[in-house]
Amino acid sequence: MSELPGLYNYWVTVFLMMAGFYVVISQGNLVKKLVGLAIFQTSVFILYISLGKVAGGNAPIFDATITVYSNPLPHVLILTAIVVGVATTSVGLALVVRIHEAYGSVEEDEIQAKDQHDEESQWEAGSERQADDR
Amino acid sequence: MDLLDHLPVLVVIMPLMSAPLCVLFDRARPAWLVSMSASWLSFAAAVYLLIQVSRDGTISYRLGGWAPPWGIEYRIDLLGAYVLLIVTAIAALVMVFARRSLEKEIPADRIARVYAALLLVFAGLTGITATGDAFNVFVFLEISSLASYAVISMGRDRRALSAAFQYLVMGTIGATFILIGIGLLYMMTGTLNMLDLAARLPEVADTRTVRAGFAFLTVGIGLKLALFPLHLWLPNAYAYAPSAVTAFLSATATKVAVYALLRFMFGVFGAEFSLNKMPFDLILMVLGLAGILSASLVAVFQEDVKRMLAYSSVAQIGYMVLGISLASNTGVSAAILHVFNHALMKGALFLAVGALAYRIGAVTVSSIAGLGRRMPWTVAALVVGGLSLIGVPPTAGFVSKWYLVLGTLEQDLWPVALLVLIGSLLALAYVWKLVEAAYFAEPAADAAAVREAPLSMLIPVWALVIANLYFGVNTQVSVGVARQATDLLMGGGG
Repeated sequence: MSELPGLYNYWVTVFLMMAGFYVVISQGNLVKKLVGLAIFQTSVFILYISLGKVAGGNAPIFDATITVYSNPLPHVLILTAIVVGVATTSVGLALVVRIHEAYGSVEEDEIQAKDQHDEESQWEAGSERQADDR
Repeated sequence: MDLLDHLPVLVVIMPLMSAPLCVLFDRARPAWLVSMSASWLSFAAAVYLLIQVSRDGTISYRLGGWAPPWGIEYRIDLLGAYVLLIVTAIAALVMVFARRSLEKEIPADRIARVYAALLLVFAGLTGITATGDAFNVFVFLEISSLASYAVISMGRDRRALSAAFQYLVMGTIGATFILIGIGLLYMMTGTLNMLDLAARLPEVADTRTVRAGFAFLTVGIGLKLALFPLHLWLPNAYAYAPSAVTAFLSATATKVAVYALLRFMFGVFGAEFSLNKMPFDLILMVLGLAGILSASLVAVFQEDVKRMLAYSSVAQIGYMVLGISLASNTGVSAAILHVFNHALMKGALFLAVGALAYRIGAVTVSSIAGLGRRMPWTVAALVVGGLSLIGVPPTAGFVSKWYLVLGTLEQDLWPVALLVLIGSLLALAYVWKLVEAAYFAEPAADAAAVREAPLSMLIPVWALVIANLYFGVNTQVSVGVARQATDLLMGGGG
């Protein structure tokens, strides 16, 4: 049990990850889905930043008095991942804007109902064509 | 160092740098010229690299001159060069095809940006193949994925938008899983270089962290691979994307994901860990077979031809995964061979469908009725591609199915071999639907005006069709390289 407080960061990571994932799955609103996705991605940032920490280590600044450094590499890596996350969110939001223009809604069930309708009319057009052929 | 020494990185940088050029020109014609030159130059580079690698062995390129494992290493071995060749060849042919196809399907003011996004997808895919650094895989994966969400959403049908959004959500979850997996591996080993990872992992292989990392990585790659049951994004994305985009993605994106899976399974974790300590072969075999049968069955009942072929792609991925799951030399080389052959056949098929779409708009089973006489060359290409999909000799599809069945029989898994054959029969069923509609159904009243597709579209289609026939008869190159690549991969490291 003594491990639990020491792994505090990881508990936060797991909680955020599951919360974000749950939002992505459970919410029908596309913007809310993106919020969930962003939380999901953010949890991984915390994971990376936590694993770079060396107990008692200092910030990696060159100085004669400092001998133990935290690992700066995960921070650098996660900067890239943050940029990717921002890009994902913006592409997602841009798509939501266009979906709203095309469907007049950002609710998944309404969009699916309209897609269903499109699909059926395509089928009908197909079968009408076949009927015409005969 | 002369220019040729920089080829491993140039193959990635040329498309990457050409993409902003396309946006700067912002007009269709110059953007097309830029894309053409970037993709054909990359293709030439890939051909040279394959020749160089098969002659001198693996190439290691130090990015910025920093030595691995500290610097980023680009590492091109035989498998990498082989996949690079597939990706660049398809890209080069699709770019020839894309000029007329995009003119028809995309509003004129957006064409240049579609080329830019296509080039970014291309750069990302070559990057995944060329790099020897685990984190770089994630970055390139996201470059190609983000650009592919954008190009898929450019389809004429509004369903392209919801398909792209669905792909964005699932793709991002997949990529984040890969990121977590890489993070967990870094946690245990302190390195990101794949070779270095492979050397350090066995020491710590028996920890829960590494096992969790393995699970995250494989599920993440599985999502990108459209491995059954993680394939839900694929049919809609392929069905509603612009034709040229579908042809490019179907022939390259999932192939590169197969490459990434092989690289992590055998190159980083090693066959011993992936297959003996984790029950990964059994999982892959079951999922592969389930994918083959269910997706083929669904494909039979599709009205939209692109959707039908998209489901068939899921089934074909099942064959590749099945080959990998056999974990024998024959099995894995059958999988690598099928990566190559499937790129040829699906490239040909989706390009042929794109040529049909150029003339008739939406391509459905009923709308191609009677087109066998109106567009003989395009429909003939569709038929040869379909035969290759079924695995009829003397097409390329036959060769890889043959090796796959051989691999299963080697291990006395005759029920699996039987299921593979049932999958082929299902493929026969949906290909026959197309043949029947195109040649035996009465043409629709408005079909009289339909003419053969323009030459600039027929040339890439038939280049791939001829490749399908050539590699079905002359298997020396494709099988030889696949076998050597497998030996290298299974022999550890890579």
